[in-house]
Amino acid sequence: MSRYIPITPRDREEMLKALGLESEEELFRSIPPDLRGKGDIDIHPINSEAELREYFLSLSRDNTFQDKRIFLGGGAYHHYIPYAVDYLSSRSEFLTPYTPYQPEVSQGTLTATFEFQTYMAALTGLEVANASMYEGATATAEAALMALRIKRGNIAVASSLHPQYRQVLKTYLEKQGVDIVEVPFGEDGKTRLEHLRRFDNLSAFIVGYPNFFGVVEDLDAIQGVLKEKGALLVTSTWEALSLALIKPPGAFGAAIAAGEAQSLGLPLAYGGPYVGFFATLKKYVWKMPGRLAGMTRDSQGRRGFVLTLSAREQHIRRQRATSNICSNEAWCAIRVAIYLSLLGKKGLRNLALLNHRRAVFALDLLRQAGFKPSFSSPFFNEFAVDLGRDAEEFRRSLLSKGFVAGYPLGRDYPNLKNHLLLAFTEMTSREDIKALVKEMEALK
Amino acid sequence: MKVIFEYSREGKKGFHIEEEKGRDLLPEDLIRDEVEVLPEVSEREVVSHYLRLSVLNYSVDWGFYPLGSCTMKYNPKVNELVASLFTEAHPLLPEEMVQGYLRIFKDLEEALKEITGLHTFTLAPAAGAHGEFTGIITVKNYLEARGERREVVLIPDSAHGTNPATATLSGFRAVEIPSDEKGMIDLEKFKAALNDKVAALMLTNPNTLGIFEENIKEISRLLHGVGAFLYMDGANMNALLGQVKVADLGVDVIHLNLHKTFSTPHGGGGPGSGPVGVVEKLAPYLPGPRLVEKEGKLRWTGGLGRIRSFYGNFLVMVKALAYIKELGGKGLEEVSRIAVLNSRYLRKKLEGKFKVSYPTETLHEFVLSDETFRDKITTLDLAKRLLDYGFHPPTIYFPLIVHGALMIEPTETESRETLDAFAGAMEKILEEAEREPEVVKTAPHKTPVGRLDEVGAARRPILTWMQYLQEQDQS
Amino acid sequence: MIPDELYYTESHEWVRVEGERATVGISDFAQRELQDIVYVELPEVGKRVKKGDVLCSIDSVKSSAEVYAPLSGEIVEVNEALNDQPELINKDPYGEGWLVVIKIEDPGEISSLLPASKYKEIVEE
Repeated sequence: MSRYIPITPRDREEMLKALGLESEEELFRSIPPDLRGKGDIDIHPINSEAELREYFLSLSRDNTFQDKRIFLGGGAYHHYIPYAVDYLSSRSEFLTPYTPYQPEVSQGTLTATFEFQTYMAALTGLEVANASMYEGATATAEAALMALRIKRGNIAVASSLHPQYRQVLKTYLEKQGVDIVEVPFGEDGKTRLEHLRRFDNLSAFIVGYPNFFGVVEDLDAIQGVLKEKGALLVTSTWEALSLALIKPPGAFGAAIAAGEAQSLGLPLAYGGPYVGFFATLKKYVWKMPGRLAGMTRDSQGRRGFVLTLSAREQHIRRQRATSNICSNEAWCAIRVAIYLSLLGKKGLRNLALLNHRRAVFALDLLRQAGFKPSFSSPFFNEFAVDLGRDAEEFRRSLLSKGFVAGYPLGRDYPNLKNHLLLAFTEMTSREDIKALVKEMEALK
Repeated sequence: MKVIFEYSREGKKGFHIEEEKGRDLLPEDLIRDEVEVLPEVSEREVVSHYLRLSVLNYSVDWGFYPLGSCTMKYNPKVNELVASLFTEAHPLLPEEMVQGYLRIFKDLEEALKEITGLHTFTLAPAAGAHGEFTGIITVKNYLEARGERREVVLIPDSAHGTNPATATLSGFRAVEIPSDEKGMIDLEKFKAALNDKVAALMLTNPNTLGIFEENIKEISRLLHGVGAFLYMDGANMNALLGQVKVADLGVDVIHLNLHKTFSTPHGGGGPGSGPVGVVEKLAPYLPGPRLVEKEGKLRWTGGLGRIRSFYGNFLVMVKALAYIKELGGKGLEEVSRIAVLNSRYLRKKLEGKFKVSYPTETLHEFVLSDETFRDKITTLDLAKRLLDYGFHPPTIYFPLIVHGALMIEPTETESRETLDAFAGAMEKILEEAEREPEVVKTAPHKTPVGRLDEVGAARRPILTWMQYLQEQDQS
Repeated sequence: MIPDELYYTESHEWVRVEGERATVGISDFAQRELQDIVYVELPEVGKRVKKGDVLCSIDSVKSSAEVYAPLSGEIVEVNEALNDQPELINKDPYGEGWLVVIKIEDPGEISSLLPASKYKEIVEE
């Protein structure tokens, strides 16, 4: 008997007897006989905890990235996580409950969720935010679907939006028969407004902020065009730390700001679990997807929190729901709340500045070494470099020197095959950056 | 209930960030002010705040949590340790550097294939509902490739709300099929609704009443006869582990829930993971990315479309694989066996005083109606009073086809003593309803807060601290 | 409470006909079934509806109901007050809780509506 089953052999006998059954096989007699008893699973058990740990330890030894110096961003960022985040979030009380359907015994999760919503609304400069989405790409796709509920029409998307996010958008929208048009970027790496102007009957324009090249788009100009067309501005941000330094989407009149908050307290973990965020204006709140925690009072007037505006959701509206989403990434959202509470107003600002300045430091060194940035536009902690030669090959040479030198943009943009996307955070030291640039220079 | 913002005092800090010297390259008009609502709190206060919040939560580790169709089983602790070994890889690292990570995907895919008998799995979906979307668009991809236009997805009236919502999200029309007097899908009504416009039937098995759909094979045959597919919602797989192979039931597509059947913690509502398995002919139509192995090396490749960034909720997968590896095939079979034994035992204990919705034999869960107490108290009252007795209530008011439903799933990780104590509390509340109904109607009394004003919360939503402060200013 | 001067539908809408204007709401019975209403998704003024189309949806804490157009025509007015006070439907379903005004396209459709006496029978069932 497994250590996770607290039923004794004697219990088993007595419980069966209470049911008037002869054997445990009879428990399954409601399954037709031709289907039953054929489910044998051929998987060997690992009997001791020590062996189990050893099994996974040996798998972890098959990885070879640990001693490399890594300059990857592109939707996931290596930031330091204060240990208190791990310590608190690993408490059983946060980790092992389900959705707070019984608010009287879920005030911990609900309060932290309310804090998360507050943080996301503040960072994006919008009025309300939900309790989180699966991750950034689905949050962005849900933003497009919500835009269509506000205003019918076509969806335009910047071709500089994260390529995977674009694919997800396409998958979500084309199943609903919605057309997506792409708006190209210019030599400055920003959306070409004259192209955006050409499209009529637009519901919304979706743009990365910063975009996939790290470029901070000119939302003011974009919003100017969209306003004329009566279309909505929707932004997607996958380096959420940037919003602690650059002007938030809400300041430019964005209707929805979606994105990924992995940067704010979640480990890289090879792509997940991460946590999507979703913020909008108060007037659109009933059109929002996902769970919402709201403040209220109990029968004695004490402050408390509940899941609210549930009638938007699948368990009540079924086929008319705003989304099929049932869960969120509650535990990840709690980690983000703890992280931001620790960093605080000054800490987060300093960290964002540190990230930006370290990237500027790298750019200056690269320039001195004779490299030039792909685009001359403002960036946060990530930018692309024009190598003047094939970036895949260049990166391969650096791998053998112990550097994972970013992401070759040619994989998604054939006309940028000589360009390498590099990210810098507090985890890439100045020494590492100097070493990288030295090797790059040698390869030139 | 204090929120973190109320502890803020200028000059405190919870984490030290060294100031970075250097120049900025952002134009002045692109730089924002400090994020005003972010607090200034010391680490000591942050830790206290979240520790105090945490103890307001009920959790599986604390006690019995019999939410129907949610499979709130115990979450093994060693799995957390194992997952902590795999937190550092960036998702865009070259595949040759992360073969250990990729091996976990591969091992888990193989394990799920062995458990279900299906041909191919994708582990990308982040949750059950996300898996539903993935599975249904896989069917749509297949149909589109053959130039077939089918508009309808059939869904039994006992189904979870995500099923019809998924049909809509995938561009289909959901058509509801009623249940029969046994609590199973009504075969005649199903036949009447079946035609060449139907793309699939989404069937939960055992269904949300805990009843095995005894006609499932015939249903599958009929669907295939008109070129449609059988989608199985695997939310209740805990009843079937090692008892049947899903593929033998004629299932074409299934989503599983690693956070239910395979013991990964629910995290207060995520992260989950909802792998999708399909039969061979649907495999080429799964969204990407797909994992392939060549000469012992694993790498990612295409797929049709994409449903999220990167590859899935990886850490959840590590925990599920550890669970499967520790238990092995025999251990997994024992899981469903004891899950059903526990459920049937509890049903038997409650049957005298409560009305079980359908007389049909059930597996891992069962549903009570409010018939024996509705003239005195409501299902909600009973649920709230259970909190006073230290139990998390079952799922209530679902499935919709049972009046005042209480949907109870004890799982295999509860002792007989716990089941007895829960049955005792349920009976006690019935007695209270008789003698002192007010105590039940105003419950809970022993929780950190009492019943909350949900109507007020929805009519005038306060969703952020800024909104709260604004309201304070106005009043 | 079923005022005699109004028309009704089997799906619990009421209609007050005044010339070519038809004011529409939901009946007292319907508001009690829904319980505490928290949100009304109103249609846009100028939209044309056919009899039987979804007119708007009404949400309470734990449910969501659709309201159907009892007559065809153009929506010429909506009750904006419901945006801030959805509870008006609970408090005064036949008065301040009205939903929309439709400009009647086909007066012939009026005969398909139920008189108060018929509707009373349905509700009593």
